[in-house]
Amino acid sequence: MTKNAKIVIALLFLVVVIAVTPLLLIHDSEFGGADGAAEEIITAINPNYVAWADPILEPPGGETESLLFCLQAGLGASVFGFGFGYLVARKKYKKKDDN
Amino acid sequence: MTRTKTERRIFTLGVILSFVFGTATISNAMHIMEGYLPLNYCIIWGAICIPFLVAGFFSIKKTISKHRKTLLILVMVGAYAFVLSALKIPSVTGSSSHPTGTGLGAILFGPSAMAIIGIIVLLFQAILLAHGGLTTLGANTFSMAIAGPFVSYAVYKICRKMNVSKSVGVFFAACLGDLFTYCVTAVQLAMAHPSEVGGFTASLIEFLGIFAITQIPLAIIEGLVAVVVMLGLESYAKPELTELGYMGV
Repeated sequence: MTKNAKIVIALLFLVVVIAVTPLLLIHDSEFGGADGAAEEIITAINPNYVAWADPILEPPGGETESLLFCLQAGLGASVFGFGFGYLVARKKYKKKDDN
Repeated sequence: MTRTKTERRIFTLGVILSFVFGTATISNAMHIMEGYLPLNYCIIWGAICIPFLVAGFFSIKKTISKHRKTLLILVMVGAYAFVLSALKIPSVTGSSSHPTGTGLGAILFGPSAMAIIGIIVLLFQAILLAHGGLTTLGANTFSMAIAGPFVSYAVYKICRKMNVSKSVGVFFAACLGDLFTYCVTAVQLAMAHPSEVGGFTASLIEFLGIFAITQIPLAIIEGLVAVVVMLGLESYAKPELTELGYMGV
């Protein structure tokens, strides 16, 4: 394994640890969005405040919303992966041509 | 950066538009009714974004025409921001938030290019996901697609000046840009919703408590992921990175 590969694995492991730790340490939370928590604060600061605009398309429920978020991540990841695949293959076959 | 005459004109127009809308609403602020105060802020933040978006448009146009082969990297950087901003990660405060993914692109393509990439991501989320919003698009664009990337860019440049290694520089750039984005969000909210007791400062502390603290672990994650991606690009996209001035500087 190259030095870079080792660093990459170590970094990704660290990412997972940081993401999972709160789940293990905090049990009495649903880990709702920070934007929802901000809404509560606004209501606390100014109880008369009414949101004056609504989202044009609001997903009917959590399932549809997670579908759309998955699509976003999936689309992004496929484009990103395609790009990386292209770059990796380019390097690989360039070497073969040189030999 | 040299610009053609038309480009300069359109840029100037953007700056003027920004000032016209920005100052006009500030002077009207006292007349705006209670429930409509945030509309005011929506317009101001939107107006502030205009020059950055215009500069970003030309920056991307220039990159594509002069460094044609870096287009793939630009698309990948955009896709990267797309993925990262879809991932809601649990944090120590018991809330979840998502990284921004705009720091990496800012290091490679400059901060203004990320204004365009960022606003595309935000539009997608605002229209389809009911996340963010069209009325708050200006404010969100300013925090995530302008303020964050500019901090990332500056942090990276400073790190390199201080002879810090590239990877460490990328880490701090992506991490601090991410964190700063959410500090700006807290400031924006506190400005629009000053607390009756304690005013702006009291609100700011409340909002920072949510956004900034939640974001700290996520900012570290974003920094680490940015380093991973950059290591990959360094080994497989050397010609492109050299053209963008990343390698060897």
